Amino acid sequence: MSDSTSANALSVDHVAVHFGGLVAIADMTFSVDRGEVVSLIGPNGAGKTTAFNVVTGFLQPTKGTVTYQGRQVNGLKPHQIADLGLVRTFQKTSVFDTNTVFDNILIGLHRRGQRSAWEVLLSLPRVRREEEELRAKAWDILEFVGLDRQANSLGGALAYGEQRLLEVAVALAAEPSLLLLDEPVSGMNPSETSSFMDLLAKMRERHITMLLVEHDMRMVMGVSDRIVVLNDGHIIAEGSPESIQNNPEVIKAYLGEGAEHVGN
Amino acid sequence: MNRALGLGFLAFLVSIPFWIGDQYLLHILINAGIFVIGAMSLNLLLGYTGQLSLGHVAFFGIGAYTSALLSLGFDVTTFWGGELVVGPQPVWLSFLAGIVLAGLAGWFIGRISFKVRGAYFVIITISFAEVTKLVALNWVDLTEGPMALISIPPFSVSIPGIWEATFYGKTPNYYIMLAIGVVSYIVIKRLVNSRLGRAMVALRENEPLAMSVGIDVTRYLVLAAVVSAAIAGAAGGLYTHYVRIVDPDVFLFIYTVTMVIMVITGGKGTLAGPIVGGIIFGVLPEILREFMGPEAQWVTYGAVMIAIVMFLPEGIVPALTRFWERRKESRDASDRMITGRAASSATETPSE
Ligand SMILES: Nc1ncnc2c1ncn2[C@@H]1O[C@H](COP(=O)(O)OP(=O)(O)OP(=O)(O)O)[C@@H](O)[C@H]1O
Ligand SMILES: [Mg+2]
Repeated sequence: MSDSTSANALSVDHVAVHFGGLVAIADMTFSVDRGEVVSLIGPNGAGKTTAFNVVTGFLQPTKGTVTYQGRQVNGLKPHQIADLGLVRTFQKTSVFDTNTVFDNILIGLHRRGQRSAWEVLLSLPRVRREEEELRAKAWDILEFVGLDRQANSLGGALAYGEQRLLEVAVALAAEPSLLLLDEPVSGMNPSETSSFMDLLAKMRERHITMLLVEHDMRMVMGVSDRIVVLNDGHIIAEGSPESIQNNPEVIKAYLGEGAEHVGN
Repeated sequence: MNRALGLGFLAFLVSIPFWIGDQYLLHILINAGIFVIGAMSLNLLLGYTGQLSLGHVAFFGIGAYTSALLSLGFDVTTFWGGELVVGPQPVWLSFLAGIVLAGLAGWFIGRISFKVRGAYFVIITISFAEVTKLVALNWVDLTEGPMALISIPPFSVSIPGIWEATFYGKTPNYYIMLAIGVVSYIVIKRLVNSRLGRAMVALRENEPLAMSVGIDVTRYLVLAAVVSAAIAGAAGGLYTHYVRIVDPDVFLFIYTVTMVIMVITGGKGTLAGPIVGGIIFGVLPEILREFMGPEAQWVTYGAVMIAIVMFLPEGIVPALTRFWERRKESRDASDRMITGRAASSATETPSE
């Protein structure tokens, strides 16, 4: 790990989240550098999704701060945070069900459009030009993730694995500089999972920084530069995939719920 | 195909005054048209953003009263004691002011209620309509209360000092209604087919996902509320200068309900839905009146409505579109089968 902090894209600093008396996150500090793929792992209920919600503005932390590229993010609304390039996906499959796959992507491209309501109402030529650009971009993204043949299907009508892919495509459309993926391959079959890993590799080539929450250890070990382990609201370990695999604390935390996955 | 259908329908509407003869029928069509415009505006909120405005008639009434008062002129004692005297303004200016004021009301309602959406929005809009009605009833100084504002000037055009035409007749008012309807349709169409309209649909479909890709939910809900209210205000102004009398009954809840029925039966979230629903439920009562007593009319009206909602729950337009697409699909499929068979028998390829 480099000791320079200047490259930090995201810093989570002593964040705590309490739900009434329940402490979902006790004290969490970690960072993600530009260009890195970091995985946040931990048993069920460890607080991973809660961490995502705090970073993306869906929840306010009880304590601590989140900064992105030097700007404080906590306190901003989710759409403002998305505007900074912090885009997340959801653990529970979430697409626009009654819109076509193509329209799902167009909605995801929202941030790339600029035209105001007046320009739209007057139907100025630049509105049409922008619309054409957005459509061209939507095709690029569909081809990139391999959903171009389903462009006209409804989002809700896709097979489960394809819906999960569409979610990532919608997030990619929003042009993330840091993409947060919450269990993107959960429920996928092995062949879908491995093609998703190929997609992750392609995203990496495009230098998209990623923060990944995932239970599939084969994938976590395969794609991560660094792993942060959360257990019961505390960070219990952090380091390279190899060091995490052999960390006794981590193995202990996972005992009884899949310890055999860690380390193979 | 859609465009041709739309233009054909418009041409038909334009032709009506030439052959309809009976002026009373034209009057019915103008009234129905005013409701259709109201329903189109309601559809922008209900159909595209998914928010039910059950006080939509408030915006209609604000447009109607504003335009009436400005075109008549008024004097009123202000809250801070002074006297405000406004002379009669040109009708077109009054009409525009009605649109602007209704739009502002929409902005206000949008700002205060979109923090608390869903059921709260319904309650806030109903309350707002009640308040506007009470103001119209009780601010007698300004509105004449239940005595109504009368002798409101009709629409007119003029080249000052040279030429002037005032539209008392049914035919010119019909065309004014049509023009306002077409402009409203185009405004809504451009909006919903743009990135802004997609944002509205996105937050209706999946608000967290919409936020996560950077859509400012409040902003687009307020935009929809403003445009919707402004168009409802235009319908109100149109009504005022056509009927030429306006009383607090323009705020009746039943008018909102009528618009909601038009939108839902026609197909919410479609451009043609409120037009189809509006024509059916705008014209149906008048047709029924020819044949039935009042009780039977209402029973029939209700029965038609229930039948549509039961058998075509998404509304008439989506059902027709689906039917059309399925027919086309099956025709395409059978074409493919025939040509496919022909091709394979022609080449006689041995099995792979
Ligand atoms: N909105 C909420 N209100 C109350 N408690 C919550 C809320 N959201 C999460 N929690 C609790 O906070 C803790 C952490 O939950 P979280 O969803 O972050 O876990 P997770 O690590 O994502 O688990 P999983 O792997 O099952 O997705 C859990 O005990 C959960 O019940
Ligand atoms: Mg989770």
